[in-house]
Amino acid sequence: MRQLSVDEVIGELRSGMTIGIGGWGSRRKPMALVYALAKSDLTDLTIVSYGGPDVGILCALGKVKKLVYGFVSLDSIPLEPHFRVARQKGTIPEVVELDEGMFQLGLRAAAWNVPFLPTRAGLGSGVMDVNPHLKTVECPYTGEELVAMPALKLDAAFVHMNRADARGNGQYLGPDPYFDDWFCMAADKAYMSCEKLALEDAAIQTRLINRTMVDAVVLAPGGAGFTECPPDYPRDEAAQKAYAATAKDPEAFRAWLEAQ
Amino acid sequence: MSLGDICALACAETFKGDGNAMVSPMAPIPKLGAKVCKALWEPDLVLTDGVATIIDLDGEVEGWMPFSRVFDTLWNKKRHVMMGATQIDAHGNQNISCIGDFAKPKVQLLGVRGAPGNTICHPTSYWVASHSAKVFVERVDMISGIGTDRGAAEIRRVVTNLGVFDFLGEGGRMRVVSLHPGVERAQVEAATGFGLAWPDEVPVTREPTADELAALDRFDPERKIRSRVEA
Repeated sequence: MRQLSVDEVIGELRSGMTIGIGGWGSRRKPMALVYALAKSDLTDLTIVSYGGPDVGILCALGKVKKLVYGFVSLDSIPLEPHFRVARQKGTIPEVVELDEGMFQLGLRAAAWNVPFLPTRAGLGSGVMDVNPHLKTVECPYTGEELVAMPALKLDAAFVHMNRADARGNGQYLGPDPYFDDWFCMAADKAYMSCEKLALEDAAIQTRLINRTMVDAVVLAPGGAGFTECPPDYPRDEAAQKAYAATAKDPEAFRAWLEAQ
Repeated sequence: MSLGDICALACAETFKGDGNAMVSPMAPIPKLGAKVCKALWEPDLVLTDGVATIIDLDGEVEGWMPFSRVFDTLWNKKRHVMMGATQIDAHGNQNISCIGDFAKPKVQLLGVRGAPGNTICHPTSYWVASHSAKVFVERVDMISGIGTDRGAAEIRRVVTNLGVFDFLGEGGRMRVVSLHPGVERAQVEAATGFGLAWPDEVPVTREPTADELAALDRFDPERKIRSRVEA
């Protein structure tokens, strides 16, 4: 298994790519990789995320050509301020707002190598109106109408684990794996950052990621901060507030980003 | 007796009959109501800490409910959610996504979150802390949760600071179940942007019994949650 630096990962990416970002809201986000992406000259990105500050930062920089999300939130600050500004100014050229469950099925469809997965979620809702590319299918057995959630294929995925090893095993030690395994399997190339390069002697089920699912491991202690990464560290609420406070001042935001 | 007591008890009543379902109250008053319901009437209700664990009424961890299992559970229909609503229409279509045109919203909110899937799969109720014509509108700007006219599984109740409502009016329209003590019909009509269905006699939302009040006090000992409810 390759072991790369954060900057070496960014060096493998190109403008115009579709990048999936693991974690959830302001929880165990691969922020070291996100900061490096934010500081790179890569642009015209399609970002696929259960969104938190990753989405806010990349939207504020105008790097996002298309955003695929079910929500964008900082949890303790329910509405992501940078995302709000970008949406209200109309600076994200294309947005695909999905039901959170549809989003998950899109990742699973990509991982399972099928073009879509059927679901009831989304039927009758505004999601179908604002996303005319979404189609329904008639069930061949019962005749009922279901949403055909298309595969969310990713060129690259970023996830952050509490622990990993040099062989490409990844371990989460917090309460929720989120959908990091599915982000990895939906991607052509998956990059897994970690707090420590040594697995803990914890229940085997904590070893969420195996090396069939990843292409490189990145050692990035503190690499989810300021988002939470339990049990290693809680969310840095003061740092999150400082980030949120820059939403109305692009100069302050640039200065904030440089300091990360 | 306070308005907070009455609203929290009305929320508790919405979870009656839910048995061993997962209940997901999103705001403090519905959370208080869910605990009271579990303590008094529905001991098997599954409550979570809002993160990934199932907890009992003493806060002890019982089991595991990560987000992927929440989706499994809701698609399996074993859940009743009580969400908030920035806008809601006469059929219970709800909006938490954005205000204004979706292409360039005047106000970006959360996004639809899980509302489309919740509402088509399992019972949904709403808690609206401030009943107004800005919330109860003729047309919502972005349908997040679907209503009775668009295939909702069940929109059970809306509890507000003015009253309790269901969708058993003609054609699945919102109907008055009861108004809280002291609330007048004209006040509710002025604060609702569409015509409500009214019963011939409008009941008054009931006040908690001594046992119910004790249960409310158990989970809100300093009345911090209930004191925030305003008329």
